[in-house]
Amino acid sequence: MKQLKSSAINMILVLGAFTLLAGLLLGWVNKLTSAPIEEAAARALVDAIGEVAPAFTNNPVDDVMVFVPENSGREVKVYPALNGDRLVGAAVESYSLEGFSGEITVMFGFEASGTVTGYRVLSHAETPGLGANMDKWFSSPVGHRSVIGLNPERNNISVSKDGGDIDGITAATITSRAFLDALRRAHEAYVMLLNTKKYKV
Amino acid sequence: MNGKMRIVVDGIIRNNPTFALLLGMCPTLGTTGSALTGMSMGLATLSVLVCSNMSVSALKSIVPAKVRIPAYIVVIATFVTVLQMVMKAYLPALDQLLGIFIPLIVVNCILLGRAEAYASRHSVVDSFFDGLGIGVGFTIALTLLGVVRELLGTGRVFGLAVYPEQYGSLLFILAPGAFIVLGLLIGLINSVRR
Repeated sequence: MKQLKSSAINMILVLGAFTLLAGLLLGWVNKLTSAPIEEAAARALVDAIGEVAPAFTNNPVDDVMVFVPENSGREVKVYPALNGDRLVGAAVESYSLEGFSGEITVMFGFEASGTVTGYRVLSHAETPGLGANMDKWFSSPVGHRSVIGLNPERNNISVSKDGGDIDGITAATITSRAFLDALRRAHEAYVMLLNTKKYKV
Repeated sequence: MNGKMRIVVDGIIRNNPTFALLLGMCPTLGTTGSALTGMSMGLATLSVLVCSNMSVSALKSIVPAKVRIPAYIVVIATFVTVLQMVMKAYLPALDQLLGIFIPLIVVNCILLGRAEAYASRHSVVDSFFDGLGIGVGFTIALTLLGVVRELLGTGRVFGLAVYPEQYGSLLFILAPGAFIVLGLLIGLINSVRR
């Protein structure tokens, strides 16, 4: 079949029809996938909370509270972990803007007393092989790497280079400082939750 | 060899997008830090390429020559967006791993290149096999590059330890390693071909 002539009316009609069809197709696929996409995001959030926080019986996502700690420009989300109506801890979605390549976001888990129970790095752009190792480094039992079991009220949450209690990642001190900055912020937000006295401890 | 097989094999070897045509270098360098991400990127590109090749071939006679490039880009962008939505819905972990490189498939010159150079001149069936061959060639190239970089960088292949990680060289995970490994692989393949 011969190709259609490049007259103005042909070009307008064909491109118009192409974009219209593309739009319709995308609208239809969007309708099909929007529910699964939301579910996947919600599942990822619940997974992260379940992994870091003490065992809970409530739905922490429904009970979420939002705080703005001092020296923080933005909100930090706190997901309380309840056993019955007693607060057993929380998961806190914290962040730091001081990463080597900008922002990092980390989900930290706390016991009721404020002791760190776990963490999961949610997003970052740190150097692979160096700063990116923070996903395992700060839970490793080697030396003083781990933050798990530490309590920001008793321990000095900074790298040993700055006089703190934690061994920073080798060759990635900036990332380590940012990670601990996020941890301090998370703990501040958790203390703000305690201070609301909304839950029995 | 049968004609259709010939098209596929040509796409994998003689017209290999990475090692022979040197097209699509951005995802080639950007996503091959590990074998798994390289392979996933190859498969994602393969699926879009097969769809866009067939559509372009089917629509070639109704597209006026002067607006063919924007028309092809609309077709490619549509398939890429569909792929991204489907991945976000059913493979969220993989979507997060590949991140920006999925929407960037739109501007991957392999797709427009094959639409322009092949699909707009051949039948739908031939275009399907061309898309398949080129896509598989791209997947193999990216997987190979990912395997070498991951092995030299972390001592693992597809996440399985081959030798202890501390003997790996970080250089190969980072951008310079991508250039070095790609250059060496192209040199190796060209010398084998001669």
